[in-house]
Amino acid sequence: MKRRMTALLLAALMVLALAGCGGGNSGSEEVVYVYNWGEYIDESVIPQFEEETGIKVVYDTFETNEAMYPIIEQGQAVYDVVCPSDYMIQKMIANDLLAEINFDNIPNLQYIGQAYMDASQGFDPENKYSVPYTWGTVGILYNTTMVDEPITSWSVLWDEKYSGEILMQKSVRDAFAVALAYQGHSINSTNQDEILAARDLLIEQKPLVQAYVIDQVRDKMIGNEAAIGVIYSGEYLYCKEENPDLAYVVPEEGSCLWFDSWVIPKNAENKENAEKFIDFLCRPDIALKNFEYITYATANTGAMEQIDEETLNDVGIFADQETMDRCEVFTWLGEETEAFYNECWTQVLAE
Amino acid sequence: MSKRFGKQLLAGPYLFWMIAFTIIPLIMMGVKGLTDSQGNFTLNNLMAMGNPVNSQALILSLELSLISTVLCLLLAYPLALILRNMGSGSNSLIVFLFVLPMWMNFLLRTFAWQTLLEKEGVINGLLSALGLPGINIINTPAAIVLGMVYNFLPFMVLPLYNALAKISDDVINAAHDLGANRAQTLVRVLIPQSLPGIISGITMVFVPALTTFVISDILGGAKILLIGNVIEQQFTVSYDWNTGAGLSIVLMIFVLASMALLNIFDKNGEGTVL
Repeated sequence: MKRRMTALLLAALMVLALAGCGGGNSGSEEVVYVYNWGEYIDESVIPQFEEETGIKVVYDTFETNEAMYPIIEQGQAVYDVVCPSDYMIQKMIANDLLAEINFDNIPNLQYIGQAYMDASQGFDPENKYSVPYTWGTVGILYNTTMVDEPITSWSVLWDEKYSGEILMQKSVRDAFAVALAYQGHSINSTNQDEILAARDLLIEQKPLVQAYVIDQVRDKMIGNEAAIGVIYSGEYLYCKEENPDLAYVVPEEGSCLWFDSWVIPKNAENKENAEKFIDFLCRPDIALKNFEYITYATANTGAMEQIDEETLNDVGIFADQETMDRCEVFTWLGEETEAFYNECWTQVLAE
Repeated sequence: MSKRFGKQLLAGPYLFWMIAFTIIPLIMMGVKGLTDSQGNFTLNNLMAMGNPVNSQALILSLELSLISTVLCLLLAYPLALILRNMGSGSNSLIVFLFVLPMWMNFLLRTFAWQTLLEKEGVINGLLSALGLPGINIINTPAAIVLGMVYNFLPFMVLPLYNALAKISDDVINAAHDLGANRAQTLVRVLIPQSLPGIISGITMVFVPALTTFVISDILGGAKILLIGNVIEQQFTVSYDWNTGAGLSIVLMIFVLASMALLNIFDKNGEGTVL
């Protein structure tokens, strides 16, 4: 769920570049087309993979699941390996866009923790299509110098005391997850009354919100622009390093547990190379490198063995079992419910 | 005959460009906008503009872009007059300085305004260092208008300057000889003569201001929804290209209508873009 601004700028260029070079698998040279979130891999990993396997990597980035989806669906560019999030993987499976992965080609799968494979079954029921890469929670990042009491509940996002100090996620599912969880409903609710009640809560909250942003929650919180922000746990480690006053909590009412996993599109032209690439990323030393660069929790137990105790025991970064039990993984809700959510979200933004 | 053919050949690239990047996309948009997701003909996508959320956004967009256009005109006209009176040569530096920021990416300049206007931003830092109260306009319509005026002002200044520079000094001297004072010269000679430039400037500012979604997103904190944002949401988040295209068509009708309205004033038809 990495969404960074540079990715937006790059994506535009990348799409253009692809129009020129995508699809053409020239000559006998082995190649793999990779489509990933912006800043979601240690840059040195790609040349290392090329050197060790002789497979050339063509690497492109996207900013949101929603921006990635039509590119894959319409085959505007053909990719061999993509890194979407949970509910989007489910949607891609439902629309028959993904190929079953041949796990014989991915021996390093043994390093991916069983708990993450189990949790992935929420969107990939038989673990046939996806290999977990990063995971985490959605929670509240807050500045301990601006907030007096320890935060434990989503209710703080409706507290008049923090008017103008609150940053919300500008993303329909995340924003509704906050309101639904606060009311004690499932974040995957398909009940129209519950969704409408959540919409009303978000409208009620709007005067208190400083801005609806995605990537900028991180930068604004580091720069003391706001006291409270809804954020992905993956950003927390970086934020804490830049501004030690920041703390992260997953509210007691529960929240979203998310996964970004590698998948292979059905129309991939270099499926075996894609599997080699996934296998490479599952190697503990590579997974560790990536964790240190992107700071999003890794699903690789081999890499976790080499991470220091303090980081590993920080439930903000690596959620513990108790936190995970409180959380729910996003699932795809079908076209109709999705449209209903979008309509309600537009009403919130327009209010 | 062959000479003529050669000339026509020169128009080829433009023809290709217009067909590939204007005509075909317009047809695609028209088709998307007039069909539903199953491909059946419908007017529902156009009617979607009547939905209170969308019509509110359109009205707000019209308001903000109108305000921005008026502000741009008020700021740009005196500047264009000054540039004209300075004569060619000494004014080139000013024109250069004015156009210089446009060398930088539009998105980056808008982000820079966000950094300037933020609560802990540069402007408030300076103000508080001077012991003055801070300003708090970020994430309000005022910030959006500021962003529009800043970004689109050069598009107003340049056509105005071009139109004013074309007016001969003799005309102005004649007005003075016939007893017109400075104000009368401005109202009765300069403004009427520069009307094509004014019209062209208004279109160049009003149209991008009406359709922007980036400025409202960055400087409005996504709290203020303009019609551009609604359409962007339809395309990216909702993935409903039919409604998005339908709304775009309605917006385009508004743009065309406002240009037609302006054309009435510009009888010579010199300045308009269409």
